[in-house]
Amino acid sequence: MTAALEGLKVLDFCWVAIGPMTTRYLSDFGATVIRVESIHRVDTLRTATPHKDGIPGINRSGYFANYNGGKRSLALNMSQPRARELARELAKWADVVTENFTPGIMERWGLGYDDIRKSNPGVVMFSASMQGRGGPYSNHPGFGPVLTALSSHTHLTGWPDRTPTSPYGAYTDFLLPHLTVAAIAAALDNRRRTGEGCHIDFSQLEGSLYFVAPPLMDYAANGRVQTRQGNRHPVYAPHNAYPCAGDDRWCAIACTNADEWQALCGLMGQPSLATDPRFAPADARKRNEEVLDEIIGRWTEPQDAFQLMHRCQQAGVPAGVVETCEDLFNDEQLAHRQHYVFLEHKEIGRHAYDANCFTLSESPPVYRPAPLLGEHTDWVLREILNLPEAEIENLHESGILS
Amino acid sequence: MLAPYRILDLTDGRGALCGRVLGDLGADVVKVEPPWGDDARRIGPFYKDDPHPENSLFWAFNAANKRSVTLDIESDDSRPLLTRLIKSSHFLIESFRPGHVDSLGLNYDAVKQINPSIIYVSITPFGQEGPYAAYKATDLIGMALSGMMYLTGDTDRPPIRISTPQFWAIGSASAVAGAMIANHHRLLTGKGQYVDVSCQQAVARSLSHAPMIWDMNRMNMQRQGPFRPVGKINLRINWECADGYVNFIQPGGHTGGRSMTNLSNWMDEEGVGHPVLRDTDWGEIGFGQLSPELVEAMTPPLERFFMSKTKSHLAEQALERRILLFPVHDTKDVFSYPQLLARDFFREAELPSYTEKPEIMNAIGPFIATGSFRRAPRIGEHNREIYKDEMGLSDEEINRLKEQKVI
Repeated sequence: MTAALEGLKVLDFCWVAIGPMTTRYLSDFGATVIRVESIHRVDTLRTATPHKDGIPGINRSGYFANYNGGKRSLALNMSQPRARELARELAKWADVVTENFTPGIMERWGLGYDDIRKSNPGVVMFSASMQGRGGPYSNHPGFGPVLTALSSHTHLTGWPDRTPTSPYGAYTDFLLPHLTVAAIAAALDNRRRTGEGCHIDFSQLEGSLYFVAPPLMDYAANGRVQTRQGNRHPVYAPHNAYPCAGDDRWCAIACTNADEWQALCGLMGQPSLATDPRFAPADARKRNEEVLDEIIGRWTEPQDAFQLMHRCQQAGVPAGVVETCEDLFNDEQLAHRQHYVFLEHKEIGRHAYDANCFTLSESPPVYRPAPLLGEHTDWVLREILNLPEAEIENLHESGILS
Repeated sequence: MLAPYRILDLTDGRGALCGRVLGDLGADVVKVEPPWGDDARRIGPFYKDDPHPENSLFWAFNAANKRSVTLDIESDDSRPLLTRLIKSSHFLIESFRPGHVDSLGLNYDAVKQINPSIIYVSITPFGQEGPYAAYKATDLIGMALSGMMYLTGDTDRPPIRISTPQFWAIGSASAVAGAMIANHHRLLTGKGQYVDVSCQQAVARSLSHAPMIWDMNRMNMQRQGPFRPVGKINLRINWECADGYVNFIQPGGHTGGRSMTNLSNWMDEEGVGHPVLRDTDWGEIGFGQLSPELVEAMTPPLERFFMSKTKSHLAEQALERRILLFPVHDTKDVFSYPQLLARDFFREAELPSYTEKPEIMNAIGPFIATGSFRRAPRIGEHNREIYKDEMGLSDEEINRLKEQKVI
C-alpha cells in the first residue's frame, strides 16, 4: 500500500499549535517531516501542561506530543551561523518548507521564500502568521485567545448580559490546519503539473473568519450586529443544555420541527404540552422558552444524562450529553472510530494521541509517537546531509546541535 | 491551483463549506441543486430578512466560487445527466445522513463503477458507522457530544455553544484536508478512494490540551468564563472598556512583562498610574508565576483604566506601545479592521438577491491571497453554460428535462 504522501520531504520550522498540527497531517500520511527545534528557544508546547506524572520536562508534554507524532526532531541553535547554513542546505532537499514565526524571522536567517527558491525553485513554502504579512498588525505578537477576539468569535460566545467568555483554548488554531494542509496539498498538485512552487502566506485571522461567516454576512448585507445568546437559537426552541443527575451534568436538547417537539412531549409524559398554545406553533415556543426551559429542566434533572440522550435519540429528538474530556475517552462512537490512539513515547510511555477526523479507504495514516528534542539530529545530518561522523561530532561539541 | 479539477458538490447546508474552500483553491465546483433550490438556501440570515431562496446570506458565503446547475437527483430521469457529471468529475462531496446515498443508488460503490478514480467524500456528524451514526445532530448537539460545550461558558451557568454554528463547518473544513490528501495519493497511484469524515472527531481535536490533561493527569478541565488558568492562578482575558471589551492578559514571562511595563508607563503618562503597577519589576516574574495577591492588587486600576477608553483607542495605543492587548471585535468592527483592509481581504460582490437591482456588499475571502473569488450563483445560473456549452445538450433536450422538472 502506498502512503498518500509517500516520498514527500518537509522541512518544518513550525511551533506551538497551528503549524505543528498542519505538519502532523503530513507525517501521519507518510511524509518525512524534519522538525527544526532548539533547546535555546524551546517550543512553548514542550513546556505546556499536561506533563507525564505532573513533572515538567521538555520531553514530557502531552500537548506537544499530540501535534508532533511521527516527526523527526533536529536540534539546531539558529543563532549560530553554521546552524543557519545547515538549515539552508536542508531547504534545498525539501519539497515543502513550513513555518509560523512572526513575519521577518525566516528572512533574517536567510530562509525567506526568496532565499530558498534561489537554490530550490520548485519549493512550496508555507507561512502562517496571526494576521498575515503586510499591514499594520503584521508583527504584533499576542498570547492566548487573541484571534477569537479579532474574528468576533469571542463577542459571539457567552451570555448577552455578561462579559463574553471566549471559546475554550486557542480555538481557531485547531480549525485552521484543515485549510492549511489543503492549501499545501493543492500547491504540490500545481507544482507537479507546472513545475512552479509558491509561497502560501496564510493569515490565521482571515481563515478564522470562515467560521463566523453567517453573522459577518448579516452585518455586511443588513447592517445587523449579532451578539452572544448563551444557548439560544434564533428560531428553534427548546434549544439548551438541561441539568441532569450528578455534579455539573448536562444534556443538550434541540427541537427543530413540530415532530421532534411532539416526540419530546411524549417522552416527558406530557402530551398535552404539544398542543398547549404557549408552546405551539414554533414561534410561540420560542416566545415562551424561559417557561419551556423550566419545564424541561424539571423533567431532566433527576435523569442520567446518557440514558436521557439515548431515549431522546431513539424517539427522534436531537439530544447529546455535554461530554467532559473523561466522557470523550469513554464515548462509544469515538471508540468505534478509534479516535484516541495510544502510542509508546520514549519518555512519557504509553499515552493518547488524537486520530484524524476522516478515514481514507486506500491510504490510511500511520500513527507514530512524538520525538524527543533532537532525537533525530544525527540521523538527519548523516542520512540527508551526508556529513561525515567527525564533522557531526565537531558540530555537537561546538553547541550548534542544541 | 486546482484549476484542472471538477468537484461535484451534492452537499446540503451542512457540508457546504467544503466546496467553497476547494473553489477558493481554484477548483471548478459544480453545485447540484434541486430545481426549487438547494436546502442551504433556506438557512439564514437572509438579506432584508426576506427568506426567498436567492436571499440567503448563508448561501452567499458558502456557495461563492461555485457554479450552479439544477438537477433533481431523487428522480430516475436525472440519471443519464448525473452519470455524465460523475464521469467528468474528480471529486464528489455529499453530506446526507448515513444510508441516504444507498437509497439513491449513489453510494461510493455505485459511483466508482461510473468513475473508478473519483474521490468520494462523505461528511456526517459521527461518521458512516458506529452506535451514534444515525443520531441527529444540530450544531448544539454536536458541540455537546464533542466536548467543546463543557469547556465553554460561565462557571455559574450551563455550558454553552458558540452562538453561531461551528460543528458542521469544522467537519466540512476537515473534509477538504481529507480530499486533498486523498488527491495526493491519486497523483502517486492513479487510485480514487472513499473519505469518511466525522464532525464529532473534528471538534474533539479542537479542544487544545484538555483531552490530554485527562489522559495524563486524570483531570477534567472546566469552563472558566472570561478567565484562563495560567500556572496556578486564573487570569482575566476579556475586560470591559468604554464601548465594549478588550482582550488583555498578563501571564508573566519576558514578553508579558514588557507589555505590562509599557501599559503601566502609558497609565503614568495619563496621570492615572498605580504604585503596584509602577513598582513591580514585571520582567522578573516568570510565565505563570504571578501571585494571587499581585493579581488582586493590579486588577482594579486596570479595570478603571480600560473603562475610560474605547476599544479602538486602546488597540491603536497597544500597537504603538507594544502592549499585548486586542479589541474584542463585534462583526461590525471586523469590516473596518485596518489589518484586513490593508490586505484587501474583503471582495465586493453583488448581493445574491432576486430583486432587479442587486446591491453591492463586502464578501468574505478567499482565505489565501492568491485565491480566486466569484459571487454565489443563482438557482441554475450555469445550466446553459454547463449542460449546453460544455456537455453539448441540445435546446430540445434541455427543454424536455425542464418540462419533466428534472432541471
